[in-house]
Amino acid sequence: MSLLQVRNLRTRFATDRGTVNAVNGVSFDLAEGEILGLVGESGSGKSVTALSIMRLVPEPPGHITADSLSFDGRELLALSEAQMREERGSSMAMVFQDPMRSLNPVLTIGRQILEVLHRHQKLDGAAAKRRAIELLETVGIPLAETRLKAYPHQFSGGMRQRVMIAIALSCNPRLLIADEATTALDVTIQAQIIDLVKRLTRDRGTSVIWISHDLGVVAGLCDRVNVMYAGNIVESGPIRELFHRPSHGYTLGLMGSTPRLDGTGGRRLTPIEGMPPSLIDPIPLCPFLPRCRVSVAACQERRPERREFGAGHWATCLADLAS
Amino acid sequence: MASTPALPFHFRSSLVLAARQFPRNRAATVGFVILLAICLAAAFAPWVAPYDPIQIKLSMKLKPPSLEHLMGTDHFGRDIFSRMLYGGRTSLSVGLLVVGFAFILGVPLGLASGYFGGKVDNFMMRLVDAFLTFPPLLLAVALVGLLGPDIQNVMLALGLVQAPILARMVRGSTLAVREDVYVTAARALGASPVRIVLSHLLRNMVSPIVVQLTVVFSAAVVAEASLSFLGFGTQPPEPSWGRDMSEARRFLSDAPWMFMAPTSIIAVCVLSINFMGDGLRDALDPRAWRTRRSVGTDA
Repeated sequence: MSLLQVRNLRTRFATDRGTVNAVNGVSFDLAEGEILGLVGESGSGKSVTALSIMRLVPEPPGHITADSLSFDGRELLALSEAQMREERGSSMAMVFQDPMRSLNPVLTIGRQILEVLHRHQKLDGAAAKRRAIELLETVGIPLAETRLKAYPHQFSGGMRQRVMIAIALSCNPRLLIADEATTALDVTIQAQIIDLVKRLTRDRGTSVIWISHDLGVVAGLCDRVNVMYAGNIVESGPIRELFHRPSHGYTLGLMGSTPRLDGTGGRRLTPIEGMPPSLIDPIPLCPFLPRCRVSVAACQERRPERREFGAGHWATCLADLAS
Repeated sequence: MASTPALPFHFRSSLVLAARQFPRNRAATVGFVILLAICLAAAFAPWVAPYDPIQIKLSMKLKPPSLEHLMGTDHFGRDIFSRMLYGGRTSLSVGLLVVGFAFILGVPLGLASGYFGGKVDNFMMRLVDAFLTFPPLLLAVALVGLLGPDIQNVMLALGLVQAPILARMVRGSTLAVREDVYVTAARALGASPVRIVLSHLLRNMVSPIVVQLTVVFSAAVVAEASLSFLGFGTQPPEPSWGRDMSEARRFLSDAPWMFMAPTSIIAVCVLSINFMGDGLRDALDPRAWRTRRSVGTDA
């Protein structure tokens, strides 16, 4: 039984130039304890998918619809805003990209942790303080007790992201969404944060949606990957399967444009030419077609169907890349 | 906030830190002390003042400053120093009440406007625009003219003039802060709109609001002076800084001290308040905090 079930999720935004289909019929499942990667370039709909699951998309101008968006057996879209607020922070939590800006600069770290503990677990006073110290220690912040009185600007980016993770995990959520959580950090810190998330979520059986445009990060962390392009999932599969047999022109392009440290030296990076399509007009064919290097004749005629390759690996691509 | 027992120890510690910061700004401290002295002198005017402020004594008229009359006497032989003390009661209470009025009216309107946006915002900002199209003093004159030349009406009018300015400023800050990631992060953690407005938006706007309020205070003291100068505010023989300034105008060449006293007090007051506002802004923003400790002397 999967924790999160997304069926035909559509998120649209009303703009003066027309309706933008930011997420255009996304479906996937997330099992208990699974770490799912969501990759794609800017504007591919990764973040909006995440925000839609948390129902944090401002409505209006946004509008979320789905055949099903069920979390732990409950339809999220049927919940009232007040019910949704109960879920956010307690059963589902989110960590954002920019740790420099995701903590309130005028409140102490302690106050910001305590606020969440008070909000969802009704913890107060000494008990709350003890819990806050414990949380900071689990994410590896030394001298936790004195740090409670510190302000965000006294912390480095990595420490702030640790605090954000501590806050996100403070109420033992069943789902953690990390939206480019390590993108703003340098590589060594990035590795530490990834290890931290891996350790904490494995211990508690937390399911994770890890959003990134960095395939390397995803490869090291996730069990499964969804590759998104133009508001759609274009390829999905277990991490090994997908990396060994990329089966969509876009996945192939992403891999060709990512530097690798292991093996295959001397390979030149090949950028993906062109720009993602406008999401305002309907896209009749494969949305990646204009930029695709491996397109076949059939691509000009019909929209590709989903093709299964076994072991839960599928792609919406007509080119025969697997062989 | 008092209902959550977890907060006081943090809340206090940050207040203590802020209080410790304030004296580090010299100008602000001096401003605070001067202002406090002026306020106390005005509050205890009946005990401090050497003479009755409205007692006419023509034999003593237009005397220059001396030991007997510290700031000289006016054209009715009234002691200017005593008049300044009593006048301060009017001028300062106008300042305080106008600040209070502008705060109570302006801040919630600005917050609501900026946070909810859309139609609410549009409606309120057009209303503010309507107020701002009039020159502020003219609007105050019109309102006082409508309500009658009374000191309460002056306060009301000045408050009504200042509130829209504050509301617009608060709205602007709200719009800027609302888009910050930590507001979305707070929502992602289940914070309610009330919580977001009070503990995230408002807390991050304390500095600009405080600064704006000191500006409002200065503006109110000056505006009361202007209105009294024009004959709308305080009525003779009641003393007020602005009122006395207006009367002194006729004796500018014969008795310049008559003019100097109220003008310099107003100037000192306004300057003190502005310096104090500056210091408050720095003290209330943890990012601007400085420490005097050096490495090795324990944290």
